[in-house]
Amino acid sequence: MEAKTLFDKIWDAHVVKQVEGGPNVLYIDRHFIHEVTSPVAFLGLKNRGLKVFRPDQTTATPDHNVPTIDQELSIKDELSRNQVDMLKSNCETHGITHHGLGSEGHGVVHIIGPEMGLTQPGMTIVCGDSHTSTHGAFGAIAFGIGTSEVEMVLASQCIMQPKPKKMRVTVDGELSKGVTSKDIALYIISQISTSGGTGHFIEYAGSAITSLSMEARMTLCNLSIECGARGGMIAPDETTFEYVKGREFAPKGEEWDKTLAYWKTLKSDDGAKFDTEYHFDAADIEPMITYGTNPGMGIGITQSIPTGSEMEGTDKTTFLKSLKYMDYQPGDTMTGKKVDYVFLGSCTNGRIEDFRAFAEFVKGKKKADDVNVWLVPGSKAVEKQILAEGLDQIFEDAGMALRQPGCSACLAMNDDKIPEGKYAVSTSNRNFEGRQGPGARTMLASPLTAAAVAVTGVITDPRELM
Amino acid sequence: MAYDKFVTLTSTAVPLPVENVDTDQIIPARFLKAVERKGFGDNLFRDWRYDKSNQPITDFPLNDSKYTGKILVGGKNFGSGSSREHAAWAIYDFGFRVVVSSFFADIFKGNALNNGLLPVVVTPAFLEKIFKAIESDPSTEFEVDLEKQKFTLLATGEAEEFEINPYKKHCLQNGLDDIDFLVDSKEDIEAFENK
Repeated sequence: MEAKTLFDKIWDAHVVKQVEGGPNVLYIDRHFIHEVTSPVAFLGLKNRGLKVFRPDQTTATPDHNVPTIDQELSIKDELSRNQVDMLKSNCETHGITHHGLGSEGHGVVHIIGPEMGLTQPGMTIVCGDSHTSTHGAFGAIAFGIGTSEVEMVLASQCIMQPKPKKMRVTVDGELSKGVTSKDIALYIISQISTSGGTGHFIEYAGSAITSLSMEARMTLCNLSIECGARGGMIAPDETTFEYVKGREFAPKGEEWDKTLAYWKTLKSDDGAKFDTEYHFDAADIEPMITYGTNPGMGIGITQSIPTGSEMEGTDKTTFLKSLKYMDYQPGDTMTGKKVDYVFLGSCTNGRIEDFRAFAEFVKGKKKADDVNVWLVPGSKAVEKQILAEGLDQIFEDAGMALRQPGCSACLAMNDDKIPEGKYAVSTSNRNFEGRQGPGARTMLASPLTAAAVAVTGVITDPRELM
Repeated sequence: MAYDKFVTLTSTAVPLPVENVDTDQIIPARFLKAVERKGFGDNLFRDWRYDKSNQPITDFPLNDSKYTGKILVGGKNFGSGSSREHAAWAIYDFGFRVVVSSFFADIFKGNALNNGLLPVVVTPAFLEKIFKAIESDPSTEFEVDLEKQKFTLLATGEAEEFEINPYKKHCLQNGLDDIDFLVDSKEDIEAFENK
């Protein structure tokens, strides 16, 4: 029998049919929706007189637009409120489970799916959000789709997709102190660029990957899209099974045993062919920070911004445009640069382990005077756990306050905008121009680096304070 | 979503010689709050087109009256970032029917094709030629022939063939979308579910 990759095994098991000369009709097991990319899809259904085909396979929550303070009150921004209300009413009309603002199940869509056990190995999972790649951490094929495709899934539980190429990224060795899965991801993107993964689906492998916790794996897979890949996945193992077992929607009893036996077959066969392969050594990775306006513009925190002397043409123009936006000079050292805001949260780093790591770091220390620190849990469940473990007290003692769950400053659709010209160290996923607010300047980093910056007010190597 | 059938287009082009044009530039997140698909063209490249006081930035190509046409030419890795289909809607709504680059991000490309916006991939060398041709003469015309899958710089006759999935080509030529096809495939989908 032909040796297959993990990706092939799951993809092939979900092909309903192949369109002649065209894409596959791919069956979708799990569909997540949020308030921003779904309303036009529901409108499309209405205009065509269609119902949702499999409402029990779609789960909804509003996350992009929601305020992170005073969630109990009505949303002030009229357009945001309208989108959030419309998600609720569309779900009611079509019988879709909706975790509304303030409810126990509310949170960032890519955080609540895994928490509830809705995300499982071997599944196909889509959402109108590019960071759907997060769910690949469980050994699922998970990727972001556009609104037309959201409409397709609502109408037929299928989408039409050409099969992507396959890439394997192997990271072997042990991570050094102060280096997290966020740093692995930013390192990979800095090496292969923001378009290096385009046209591919990634499988992450190697000892540095398999030793990661489930939450750390989610952070890594989440950032797959930032190197252009549609998604990234990790073969499920005991860490995965242990995480899923017992969660609300996980299989139970005999069904668990049967499903587990199948999940254990989900790995790339020896000799399976990948279109592209990369190998990295964990020992080469240090805490990372970005200096420019795309996630590929990252360096080890002790290094300097490239001089750009070897670049030419549009490469150079783009590099200089980016530095101009950041108001940095080629060759600058990053450590010691002034920071105005720190953001901990988002589907990338808004889980409980991120808050534990941040809390452990700032315990007994004080927030730097002129830094604003926004701590935004990824979900109500994360918030509840923070309170249960008393992490909120640690934050309070350090002069920092916890906000309420949502996407928040990651994309600044709500009020959490970094002011123009200000610098933010952010645990989120994109440092594009204006991503965190018009004129905002973003530096992506891990929760540990963010914690170090929160207490010093300048770009700081977290290892110096550990 | 219905869109106009695409056959052949002859037009001048608007150059945007920047790499990694991400979807947050094409349409910033704060303009994604509409619940209907209209008016997104007004906010296309909002923060590159307008300054802080909402005044047009005159040297930005989309504000520069010497550049016109239904073809947008961008640097490599066009459309990276978020899955927001609003990016394709905004470009289409502004009046473009074709985006040319040497490299597109996957999700953007799929979204464009689902909305009657044709992404044309050319070689990096040809892309440079296109930029130079527009720079030296903004009234330079290009022909996009979908049937022959050919992009031609009319002044010199230089041309490149481009790839497109035969199924998507058929959809574009006939103004069809995937939903009709999928809804017609219900029996196959139900059979798959019962397997």
